[in-house]
Amino acid sequence: MTSTVPKPVSGVGGFLDDRFHGARGMRVFMRKIFPDHWSFMLGEIALWSFVILLLTGTFLALFFVPSAAPVIYHGSYSKLDGAEMSQAYQSVLNISFDVRGGLLIRQIHHWAADMFMVAIIAHMLRVFFTGAYRKPREINWLIGVVIFTMGLLEGLFGYSLPDDQLSGAGLRITEGVIQGIPIIGTYGAYFLFGGPYPGTSIIPRMYILHVLVIPGLILGLITAHLFIMVHQKHTQMPGLGNTEKNVRGQPFFPYFIAKGQAWFFFIFGALVLLSTFAQINPIWLYGPYTPVAISSASQPDFYMGILEGSLRMMPAWETNFLGHTISWSVLIPALVPLGIIFTGMAMWPFFEQWATGDRSWHNINDRPRNAPIRTATGMAAVTFYGVLWAEGANDVLSNNLQIPLYTITWISRFLVFLGPAIAFMATRRICIALQRKDAQELAHGYESGIIRQLPTGEFIEVHQPVSEENAAVLAANKPLPALPPAGTEDENGVPAPLGTGVLGKARAYANRGFAESVPPETNGHDDHGSNGHGSNGHAAVTAGHSPEELEP
Amino acid sequence: MSDIEPTEGPVAPHRVIGTPPAAPPMVPAQVAEGEVLPGHIPADPEFTEHAKNAERVVAALFILAFIAGCGFIAAYVGIQVHSVDQTLRSNLALGTSLSVTLLALAAGSLIWVRHVMPDVEMEEERHDLQSTAAERAAFQEYAVEAGRASQVGKRPLLRRTLLLATAPLAIAPVVLLRDMGPLPGTSLRQTAWSPGRRLLVYGTNQPLTPAEFTSPGSMITVVPEGYQDDLDALAKAAVILIKFAPGQLDGFPTRTDGSTVLGTPNWIVDNMVAYSKICTHLGCPVALYEATTHHILCPCHQSTFNAAVGAAVIFGPAARPLPQLPITTDAAGYLVAKSDFNEPVGPSFWERG
Amino acid sequence: MSWIIARRRRPAAGYAALLLGLVVVAALYASVTSSGGAQAASTTGSSGAAAGQKLFITNCSSCHGLEAQGSSQAPSLIGAGAAAVDFQMSTGRMPCSGGPAAQCPEHPVTKSQQQIFDIADYIAGLGGGPAIPDSQQVSTVGADTALGYQLFSTNCAQCHGFAGAGGALTYGKYAPSLVAATPTQIYEAMLTGPEAMPVFGDGVIPPQAKRDIIAYVEQTKTEPNPGGFSLGRTGTVTEGLLAWLGGLGFLVLIAMWITARRRKPHAVAAAEANAWPTEEWPAEETLPIETPQTAHLPGIEH
Repeated sequence: MTSTVPKPVSGVGGFLDDRFHGARGMRVFMRKIFPDHWSFMLGEIALWSFVILLLTGTFLALFFVPSAAPVIYHGSYSKLDGAEMSQAYQSVLNISFDVRGGLLIRQIHHWAADMFMVAIIAHMLRVFFTGAYRKPREINWLIGVVIFTMGLLEGLFGYSLPDDQLSGAGLRITEGVIQGIPIIGTYGAYFLFGGPYPGTSIIPRMYILHVLVIPGLILGLITAHLFIMVHQKHTQMPGLGNTEKNVRGQPFFPYFIAKGQAWFFFIFGALVLLSTFAQINPIWLYGPYTPVAISSASQPDFYMGILEGSLRMMPAWETNFLGHTISWSVLIPALVPLGIIFTGMAMWPFFEQWATGDRSWHNINDRPRNAPIRTATGMAAVTFYGVLWAEGANDVLSNNLQIPLYTITWISRFLVFLGPAIAFMATRRICIALQRKDAQELAHGYESGIIRQLPTGEFIEVHQPVSEENAAVLAANKPLPALPPAGTEDENGVPAPLGTGVLGKARAYANRGFAESVPPETNGHDDHGSNGHGSNGHAAVTAGHSPEELEP
Repeated sequence: MSDIEPTEGPVAPHRVIGTPPAAPPMVPAQVAEGEVLPGHIPADPEFTEHAKNAERVVAALFILAFIAGCGFIAAYVGIQVHSVDQTLRSNLALGTSLSVTLLALAAGSLIWVRHVMPDVEMEEERHDLQSTAAERAAFQEYAVEAGRASQVGKRPLLRRTLLLATAPLAIAPVVLLRDMGPLPGTSLRQTAWSPGRRLLVYGTNQPLTPAEFTSPGSMITVVPEGYQDDLDALAKAAVILIKFAPGQLDGFPTRTDGSTVLGTPNWIVDNMVAYSKICTHLGCPVALYEATTHHILCPCHQSTFNAAVGAAVIFGPAARPLPQLPITTDAAGYLVAKSDFNEPVGPSFWERG
Repeated sequence: MSWIIARRRRPAAGYAALLLGLVVVAALYASVTSSGGAQAASTTGSSGAAAGQKLFITNCSSCHGLEAQGSSQAPSLIGAGAAAVDFQMSTGRMPCSGGPAAQCPEHPVTKSQQQIFDIADYIAGLGGGPAIPDSQQVSTVGADTALGYQLFSTNCAQCHGFAGAGGALTYGKYAPSLVAATPTQIYEAMLTGPEAMPVFGDGVIPPQAKRDIIAYVEQTKTEPNPGGFSLGRTGTVTEGLLAWLGGLGFLVLIAMWITARRRKPHAVAAAEANAWPTEEWPAEETLPIETPQTAHLPGIEH
């Protein structure tokens, strides 16, 4: 059925098409299918938060003065009348108390910055736990890691611009860390700050990095990230009719655009709601910065929390030799935890490819339980991050939970190693158990809640077969076969990819771990000898099963 | 695969007995693999009555958004700021109206999509991301051809001199950064303290005599005279002065580094000790003084120093005690520094020694 | 009762039970932690140091000694001064009974102000010490809050927090919140340095400067939060928690709404299914599955 396009649209459309050859491309793009799952929307929270940051940031830039020059305050906030402060701080007081809507926009900006980082982390965890970083999406994953890093820096500079007491303490710590770097540290600190700390250069320099350089980089990276995602098409969750070769969902125009617009307004609305009812970064309470003063409960914004925690956790280690000092209690916390996390994140897709030998394309997401080692590693990383993060708030925890301060630090010193190990082991077992449950459900049906009494007097629960939809999801567990042992050849004479050296043995070990998974065909029973199950000497296959689930 | 016979009649819903009835079935059910999904979007929604109701709800939400939006503009025009109370009112009014506008718009748009637009599920094929072998071969052929034509491979002189030419250009941006700051030189080893410089109470800027600082367990922040407004100087020269009761400093050690004295009871005046306020871990002002335990705690990373024994580190990541400022009294009786600190204050650095 | 039983399977029943449980717990907690007001003033007639001594012997001497000379459990009060007594008792820290060993927490005040003054008189008579400030001394009229900020931030905020919300010290000690403290109590605390707090004598922080600090603290305490709820005025920790739990939580729920599968409208579904069964049992003729135990029985479908 043909219907005519309204004249204004066709007029403009014709004008553009005459110049840009757009008709076919536009149709393809408008009809592009986007799969639907709530967890696919987390990245968009970050995207729209970034847009909101740009909008509110532009407003703030019209009023903010990026200067550390001292002034005496005589504005509306009478409690600080006569106090000496930097022009930057004064301009932020001005925005908060003398510009209508200024405080609201300031708070939206700061809440949006926090939500940006929250959403990036949540999105990244979703992509990780569903294996959506696998081929062909490794580059996009790396771009995401870089955006994450840029976001950290951007936020650090952003909340340091008002030059208040709290962010000034953070700047002092930053300077101390840079100063402690061997050989080049003092030069680095003096170059960044334009001389001794605090100097007057740091605020204008952070400003230009915060409003121009880093947002430009982030914008470019986000554009690339989105372009690649559209070109490669989004992954989709396992389900009935979803294959590696198709995408099912709703077309871009009008459905995805309408939902996307609604999502934008929801995010914006949520941020404004927060900014109306939850005070954030009350710089007038912190006061203008002097290097002589500090407050208890001095923490950076949450995304810097793990740096703070690792600094608090460290024992006092320092070596002096030949007139030189290396402060390990500065270097290790500054470089190691973040280094582990960022390097680990960047390397993971390639490590997983190496360990599993899997080079195929993946457009269907994994359910986290179907990749026990990946999920367990992710949970270990989350625990590692979480312990460091909690330690960063140790004085607030101590004061509110009445736990002595040093006790919290001592607990976290052990927990930072034990926690990830326990999380890894527990998560892996939970994943395998969930896989068994899925296999059982697929084979025997779900428990319907209907109890029947047999003529013998025995009670059983009737199992119903799972619906076709659920069966498709449960069956979408395809564990990867283990690599053939080193030194063997397959039927075509191709040698096994595993080497025999140290690296080869490590790869074989990792491969065995990755291959340990419970495929649906085993019906939930442990089949020894298939898929490299492992050496835990599991007892008889039928042990632990109730009568009605045994094969007839 | 399944060893269960599906029962006839209505299938029991996938829930436990006693829970509320299942929601109405989903629309439409996902179709099996291979089944063809509609290629066209239906013009109108399937349930017209429902869509009409939804349309009314959406319209109401959009009208609400309009009203709230006007409210935002009215609040901006009508409510002034310039005081904390006024700002509170303004923020509340502007924020509430804006939230309502945005959320009403959002909810309205969403209900429009979900209940007024026809429901549809469509499918698209994923094309191979890998180019065909022919395309790759064609690319390779041209790339080799073009590369050969550029003569870069055959003429090493061209190649190498090109690299040579661009090398300084690559380094130039780094070189241009040199004037971002001065070289540190020895400035990290010195502070604003010098012989005879008076200790001023920070804030009131009053000098101190021992008679004014008599209560044991007292602590105050002091700064060098003449530098009370110089943030660069204060970042290294801030000092805490602590008063002890007689006898509490009996175990005060003498700390040396080779021939340099870094801490000694000789720098104590009338049971008053002066320590650098700049933490030796990362430079935060270390100021939580516990009068009962004589511990100085830094709030940043909980480095703890014992003020009664030369600010020795007893917990936390700081590796060195707080530098001690040599103090004495001048002719007028005011507390003055005997000299600058005998060691660099603040965080460690490579050249510290 | 049967009205409740008949509705126990409603969806709202769970919420109602939860609400009832919360209300019961809240009521119990409130009854346990009732704050007793100050008792009626003693009517024994005499006041001043003599009465104070009697009160002291009854309430304080078990730890502080019969002549306030101190013991292993409590320090000597000779020279502590009236201000210290007034501070410790009017905030309810003294008499110290139980509580964490590190520090005496604030208890509900059980002595009247007159009784506190009496004990203060008695202690002051023993060995002098700082006097209780009068209202002029703690008046914040004409105070310079900018200077108050400078002094507070360099000498007080590191323990008590930038807005006086309190903070952790070592070994279970803590710097309390200043929200409940009166100007007199703040003045006395600076003067006497209770427990771990340092002493800020009039020589280093003159009386006017003390008034400036008090004015700053009072204004900070009474000042509204223009940005919304203050989230405890402890800084970024609570902000981050709210961003994750409130912000992300809310948005995830919305995302689930956006992507939820469409369902038939209730009216249509009801009409189609003609009374969607609530608890439908499979037809009686359908027999259970075969198991080893039942295989031999007649009527089992194989």
